[in-house]
Amino acid sequence: MTAATIIQSLASGLLMGLLYGLIAVGLALIFGLMDVTNFAHGEFLMLAMYGAFFMFAFFAIDPLLAAPLVAAGMFVFGAVIYLLVVRFAMRAKANIGMVQIFTTFGLAILIRGLAQFFFTPDYRSIPTSWLGGKTVSLGGIFLPVPQLVGALISLAAFGALYFFIKKTDFGRALEATREDAGAVALVGIDKNKVFALGWGLGSALVGLAGVVMAMFFYIYPDVGASFALIAYVTVALGGFGSVFGAFAGGIIVGLVEATTALIMPPSLKSVGIYAVYLLVVFIRPRGLFGSI
Amino acid sequence: MDTSFAQRRRRDLIVALVLAAIAAVVPFFVKDVYVQNIMVLTLMYAALSQSWNILGGYCGQISLGHALYFGLGAYVTTILFTKFGVLPWFGMLGGGAISAVIALALGYPTFRLRGHYFVIATIVIAEISYLLFLNWDWAGAALGIDIPVRGDSWAKFQFTRSKLPFYYFALVFCCVAWLVTWWLEDSKWGFWWRAVKDNPDAAESLGVVVFNSKMGAAAVSAFMTAIGGAFYAQFVSYIDPESVMSFHFSLLMALPAVLGGIGTLWGPVLGAVILIPLTELTRSFIGGSGRGVDLILYGAMIVLISLARPEGLIGLFSRRRKEVARS
Repeated sequence: MTAATIIQSLASGLLMGLLYGLIAVGLALIFGLMDVTNFAHGEFLMLAMYGAFFMFAFFAIDPLLAAPLVAAGMFVFGAVIYLLVVRFAMRAKANIGMVQIFTTFGLAILIRGLAQFFFTPDYRSIPTSWLGGKTVSLGGIFLPVPQLVGALISLAAFGALYFFIKKTDFGRALEATREDAGAVALVGIDKNKVFALGWGLGSALVGLAGVVMAMFFYIYPDVGASFALIAYVTVALGGFGSVFGAFAGGIIVGLVEATTALIMPPSLKSVGIYAVYLLVVFIRPRGLFGSI
Repeated sequence: MDTSFAQRRRRDLIVALVLAAIAAVVPFFVKDVYVQNIMVLTLMYAALSQSWNILGGYCGQISLGHALYFGLGAYVTTILFTKFGVLPWFGMLGGGAISAVIALALGYPTFRLRGHYFVIATIVIAEISYLLFLNWDWAGAALGIDIPVRGDSWAKFQFTRSKLPFYYFALVFCCVAWLVTWWLEDSKWGFWWRAVKDNPDAAESLGVVVFNSKMGAAAVSAFMTAIGGAFYAQFVSYIDPESVMSFHFSLLMALPAVLGGIGTLWGPVLGAVILIPLTELTRSFIGGSGRGVDLILYGAMIVLISLARPEGLIGLFSRRRKEVARS
């Protein structure tokens, strides 16, 4: 194992890590806002990948152009899921934690079933996107262009999200609701609207990640499952609810995965991520950046 | 209140006896092998869900990683039998013991985690074990292990000609799981668990040994889950990581309890009786097309029941109980 291979894999790990961060940040946003973990997050990712695929297959729209459309579509989808399903799960009088967990789990199974029904279990890919299959060389390190652009999109999305939360009225309402959902009602903020917005935003972000992934990953109904688990790990590493934590968590996860792949068989590369997760939460039970 | 609790417990026991007696004679009238197969699975999942319910329902620690204990039960029994010739009965107890010890070892760090951190830790631990077994050549890796047929006998726990012995074992397993839960419900642990579930901090301040009671629940739960895994291995006579340790099983163990009623004696039984036949029937009649209709029904049902009946379907029967509580 030469220094070049190590640097090469760490660079790829970093790119993947930024994408993991983008997948996870929506989850972190929703959790921070209302203490709900969306266990259907991976299925949201899968839907966005199909969105990008169908845009390409039917209208020959390249994923790069489809990205804003898919993100907008996922925004609406997320808000609708909140209004139709999650809102009611929040009203449960008994076992509220479990109701929330199993409602979103049920939703995940339902969405996966619908995807199998309508899209068939076949593996699909976008064969000729503008960026597909291209690589660039930076100082002797080869980086695939789709992943590189994906990393840039992730950085831009993190920046935009940060700006949105800090500088806009909606963002401030979001922050306020996250601080104290009961008190914001007193100043005339509709909690439900803010929660729906949070679900919309979170889904739009994972939608963006889905489009990026569709450029270099196979698309099939079960694709979300393993990425969702990585997203939970990412979020938990960063500390639930922390957007910055999801970003940092993503980078850590990407680097750990790349390192594990160097020293263990490829089929075990996720073991490194999971092990690091356990190590971190055992030492800091609320994640790296979570408040204790 | 005390007398009514005691009365309820006595009534539960009588109902259980009657139901077990009915279940024992059902196979004399149902000869169809396909239906018998579903009945075996229903009883097995009722028992597994009952075991899950001890930790997840009574103690409130939602584990979505019980596939680990199920898989361990299956693997320990199978490896002991195929490599060392140890009879499945001993393998079963060995698998149970190993699972209980591992549950205690894992419980030590994980029980400090709260809420979603705990749930995800359980998923992640089971996933790590799944990946390790998938790559472990000595244990058959991804190819799995075929259990060789050595002739039908209770000693070797193999029956190729009839499902009935498996059915009666599953029935006994289900009854034992129910009885253990029934007995624990009224024990010191049972009261501690309810206190831990409702409010761990308050429980701690009242002198409940929160940590130890969680450990106890984990050990009992893992032991019984492993027995189920050992049974399943004998029943299907072939195991691989996918078929005994995948996440799917963790979910299948939790769902009957969730559907029926978490933290109740009858919830897992009711949930399994509804869910398992439904899953099996949809799978063989419409799921065979590979188009996911079974998943659609399954998912929709979970969402609807979680939303409409957070206390589980058993809540439909508990009108009288509420009246008792009110009086």
